[in-house]
Amino acid sequence: MSAGSPAAGKPGGFVNWVDSRLPVFSYLQKEYGEYPAPRNFNYWWNFGALAMFILVTMIATGLLLAMQYTANTEMAFDSVQRIMRDVNFGWLLRFLHMNGASFFFLVIYIHMGRGLYYGSYKAPRELLWMLGVVILLLMMATAFMGYVLPWGQLSFWGATVITNLFSAIPLVGDGIVTWLWGGFTVDNPTLNRFFTLHFLLPFLIVGVVVLHVIALHVHGSNNPLGIDPKGPQDTVPFHPYYTMKDSFGLCVFLLVYAGFVFFAPNWFGEPENFVPADPLVTPLEILPEWYFLPFFAILRSVPDILFIDAKLAGVLAMFGSIFVLFLLPWLDTSKVRSCRFRPTYKWFFWILVLDMILLGYVGGNQPDDLSPLGVRFIVLGQIGTLYYFFHFLILLPLLGKIERPRPLPASISEAVLPANRAGGGAPAGATAQRMEKAR
Amino acid sequence: MIRLVGVAVAATVVFSGAALAAEGGKPPKIQDWSFQGLFGEFDNQELQRGYQVYQDVCAACHSLKYIAFRHLEGIGLNEEQIKALAATFQITDGPDEFGDSFERPGLPSDFFPSPFPNDEAARAANGGALPPDMSLIVPAFSPRWVPYEQRHHGADYVYSILTGYDEEPAADVELQAGLNYNPFFRGSQIGMPNPLFDDMVEYVDGTPATVSQMSRDVSAFLTWVSDPHATERKQLGFRVMIFLLFLTGIFYAVKRKVWADQH
Amino acid sequence: MTDQAHGEHGESRRDFLMLTAAAFSAVGVGYTVWPFISSMNPSQDVLALSSTEVDLSAIEVGQRVTVKWRGSPVFIDHRTPEQIADAEATALDDLPDPEPDSARVQKPEWLVVVGVCTHLGCIPVGQKPGEVTGEFGGWFCPCHGSVYDTSGRIRSGPAPTNLPVPEYTFLDDTTIRIG
Repeated sequence: MSAGSPAAGKPGGFVNWVDSRLPVFSYLQKEYGEYPAPRNFNYWWNFGALAMFILVTMIATGLLLAMQYTANTEMAFDSVQRIMRDVNFGWLLRFLHMNGASFFFLVIYIHMGRGLYYGSYKAPRELLWMLGVVILLLMMATAFMGYVLPWGQLSFWGATVITNLFSAIPLVGDGIVTWLWGGFTVDNPTLNRFFTLHFLLPFLIVGVVVLHVIALHVHGSNNPLGIDPKGPQDTVPFHPYYTMKDSFGLCVFLLVYAGFVFFAPNWFGEPENFVPADPLVTPLEILPEWYFLPFFAILRSVPDILFIDAKLAGVLAMFGSIFVLFLLPWLDTSKVRSCRFRPTYKWFFWILVLDMILLGYVGGNQPDDLSPLGVRFIVLGQIGTLYYFFHFLILLPLLGKIERPRPLPASISEAVLPANRAGGGAPAGATAQRMEKAR
Repeated sequence: MIRLVGVAVAATVVFSGAALAAEGGKPPKIQDWSFQGLFGEFDNQELQRGYQVYQDVCAACHSLKYIAFRHLEGIGLNEEQIKALAATFQITDGPDEFGDSFERPGLPSDFFPSPFPNDEAARAANGGALPPDMSLIVPAFSPRWVPYEQRHHGADYVYSILTGYDEEPAADVELQAGLNYNPFFRGSQIGMPNPLFDDMVEYVDGTPATVSQMSRDVSAFLTWVSDPHATERKQLGFRVMIFLLFLTGIFYAVKRKVWADQH
Repeated sequence: MTDQAHGEHGESRRDFLMLTAAAFSAVGVGYTVWPFISSMNPSQDVLALSSTEVDLSAIEVGQRVTVKWRGSPVFIDHRTPEQIADAEATALDDLPDPEPDSARVQKPEWLVVVGVCTHLGCIPVGQKPGEVTGEFGGWFCPCHGSVYDTSGRIRSGPAPTNLPVPEYTFLDDTTIRIG
């Protein structure tokens, strides 16, 4: 399994010829064939592969949509209608792309949640985690700009509101906003540059994903126990064990995805975006897509703080809520990775999930309306925002020092295999033998 | 897994309040539509009657600019019927060799002509209110994230507006000049006067043209207009789902088999 | 991959399942790719515009006009009796792409051809009075010197085939619909 080993498959003439000049086959064999993965992944470990699949789907559908779309304020809305009505299978491409965005975020949030729960961000995987956060940021930018392209009412007003965030920056803010717009409002130059960037950024995401995977394969995957594999008996080769498990997971995912695309394609959408953009009429309610709602709530929750006005403070808090994730590997002081052995942190993890849902709920409502809990939404939003930062900045550093983790198992195979088999040695030996062969 | 998916679903259902609050007006009268549900399909007779209502009544003010005559194949008209229908319209084309625009009979490839040359003319002819294009009016009024019991289809909304003129305003409602009372419209006051009266159109298929019948038909037609590929989409969807279920089964068996020696 | 310890039977059953899964996946991918490819074919609005009607009554004998059809020029030639005679008299042996004139026209006085050189897609000259028409009185392609006769047939130069005749019908004596 060392780097220099030749393609371990059957040495075919052509394959060998190519491989000795450009070792793609031995690379694939090493990183996706033999790659020793901990034998105890659960289904939460499927979501990385799912995210990869959606990324490819989004790029493929996006490329074909771009061939039909016109990035001009006069024609954008009409060109989308032409895609929906006259282009062969245009409706399918667009629904795959629209719903794909929502599912991409759903899958990524679950993927991140898994990383949080099982401590996948801890040493030596800090950079792996940080690259993931970079991917999230790029995805958010891409999704935001993509939402502007159909040039409906929410496209236009969403773009106006979000770009206006930058005006909160002292001194240069207004200049930056004008620069972003290329004019004095969101208009044709803005639409054009958003289209250009929406096309470019996914390829940057692909680049960062490659780095993410390289970083992953340096130390190997984390696992539900959070302990390192001690030897071949703790791992299985990636193929066929996880390729087949991931394929099964992908099929289940596709069932859900196709269900939405074919039977409820506008479920994630907003009715208001069926109305063409009108720069003179603001819709009564401007809401971002569901995946931005928690961050939108943080943005709107923050009041004036000392000499910082609410607008700037909100923007800082919103960007801070993602930036804090970069620091996570150092904020969490616990040496134990997996929540399975952290009885206290486990609860706080689920509280954080609930907090995000609360923030999403708040983000979908007007701050001054009364919530079912009897307080105004802005109050809920403030509580949620405070808790969010409390969790990362105060709770995590302290908890690692106070919490008494449960004892860790000696090895993965000891923990996951039935006692008679793990103790007996024969099946484990068979596995080891298997691994020897694979080499 | 189930727990988290459940949480995610709950979360999206909860993000509802806003859309509903913004709607305003009385909740629409919820109807049974042939096109709703997984197996729902459009009823071509209903769509053709709805087209007749649109053409005879609505088209005087409301455009349908994303629909071409050729699209009417989707409501069951054949090529000859479409050609004949298109030819009854005068389409402005041009410029000719002298640089002037001219009128010619319509072709199947022509889009429905708009009643007004531009929005300004439309406003001027309608007391300042712009009669919106009808192509996407149904999805624009189909809220998605609302509590189940209040969930309605955009077609219910259009139907309710069209049949909502018969109620008298409450005593304390002061109607603005030029507006009409309609409790289903946001703010209860609408620029459009009551457009439909019994027997206003004579249906080709002999159906009695009551206000409620015409409202139903045109609502269904406008639903088709907003989503002409719906039937095709659902049919393809079923084939895809069956295939995927099958594939899921196979991969489950493979996964079981592959892992058999590891458990 | 064969592992004796696990027995031939289990291995072959597993391989069979994996092959089945792979085959069905391939079918699925194939069916998925089709809509993607198909989306690049002409869309319904483009197809709907693929026929053009032309009024011939204003075209004098000996006059040639160009109309646009599906984005390409179509040459309509109201041929003189001499041109018709020339075209009909040409022996098929003299033609690189043998085709009698009668197979290329519906009414001898009207020649309708797509005006795109069959070599590399340039537009031949000869439509306007005074332009070079080549030694056979038809058209001449300036790009690589292909020469067409009064029936639009290739006579010399690199072009391999005659100018194609589009599908057209006479709606009445003076109106044709191309496409």
